[in-house]
Amino acid sequence: MTYLADVAALARKDLKVELRARDTLPAMLLFVLSTLVIFHFALPSDTGDDAAYGLLWVAIVFTALLGLARAWVPEHEHGVLDGLVLAPCDRSAIWLGKTLATLAFLLAAEVVALPAFALFFAPLNATALVAVVLVDIGICAVGSLLAAMAAAGRARELLLPLLFLPLAIPLVVGGVGAAISPEGGRYLLLLALYDGVFAVLSWASFEYVVTE
Amino acid sequence: MIRARGLEKRYGRRRVLGGIDLDLSRDGFLVVIGANGSGKTTLLRLLTGLAAPTRGTLEVDVDRGGIGLLAHEPLVYRELTGLENLDLFGRLYRVPERRERIGMLLERYGLWEARNERVASYSRGMAQRLALCRTLLHEPELLVLDEPYASLDEEGAGLLDRELSELAGSRTVVVATHDPARLAPLVTSRLALG
Repeated sequence: MTYLADVAALARKDLKVELRARDTLPAMLLFVLSTLVIFHFALPSDTGDDAAYGLLWVAIVFTALLGLARAWVPEHEHGVLDGLVLAPCDRSAIWLGKTLATLAFLLAAEVVALPAFALFFAPLNATALVAVVLVDIGICAVGSLLAAMAAAGRARELLLPLLFLPLAIPLVVGGVGAAISPEGGRYLLLLALYDGVFAVLSWASFEYVVTE
Repeated sequence: MIRARGLEKRYGRRRVLGGIDLDLSRDGFLVVIGANGSGKTTLLRLLTGLAAPTRGTLEVDVDRGGIGLLAHEPLVYRELTGLENLDLFGRLYRVPERRERIGMLLERYGLWEARNERVASYSRGMAQRLALCRTLLHEPELLVLDEPYASLDEEGAGLLDRELSELAGSRTVVVATHDPARLAPLVTSRLALG
């Protein structure tokens, strides 16, 4: 219970910081909407829905990347991470709190982005919506860990995409597959498996990322 | 409490700290002096476990939750209020009766009136006072203070003098400072770097 209370306190803190600073969410919203508008005009009008679904995942991954790049900025601004790392709580709670907060930002961006996608291209079916949630979980679980690694380095804006995008490929494959394949359920299983494996790996390895 | 032998820290090929031998008892008060770049902050980070030595041995006989670190940065969130910051750290550091403890510290360090203001609106001195509150919040066994008088006005510095006088002899205290004379009556050991 203490662990969950720590996670809730850390996630709540991130939401509060973002609500006040408004650094991340407005940028994510603007980015994802602009991207969908550009795709709308860039794609020929006779392009099928399959191509549009592919672009949806591109928009989601890069919007998430924008949020992840700023995820640990408040902790590094005033050296707060040192204070968190020295606390006697389980260090993985710091990662889980950050993952939940980032997930909340991404879902908030998608509340606007998915209706916009349906308006410009095609509506999403139930399988695709489940896939979006599973992809979001995978992105935030892996991305929060990699963003913490990148934030400790000098060229964090450069490092994060280099670390994150290769690991996001299975998520894009699973997301597109779930949206366009008649056997979408199999792709959902792939996404769930990815989420489970990488969430556990990230949870277990966070401690080693934030200490020397 | 602290025992170091041949302690060395390198970043790449650059040696930032070398050949440190150190013994400090549980009630010891160590002052670390040295010019800028002599490795004072690096030594303090090694003592807290935030950095690992490249060579040598270091034993610090305290759990990480028993360490109170005052660093160059205040280690608080700019977008949270002073009260929210202390409440968060009080929870994570398992401070018993944390609301009472937080209220007492905010009163003592003259931040009670500003408790609901965001740290971003604090002056540098107020942020340093809040950082002191955060450092002392969980009544740490080992206090590690890096230039604690920086940015404090005379009143703040006086409050810190009084706090350190009360803690000296009952806690382990390590202070890196350019003004060792101020702490001279409390000091049991002295380490000069550089």
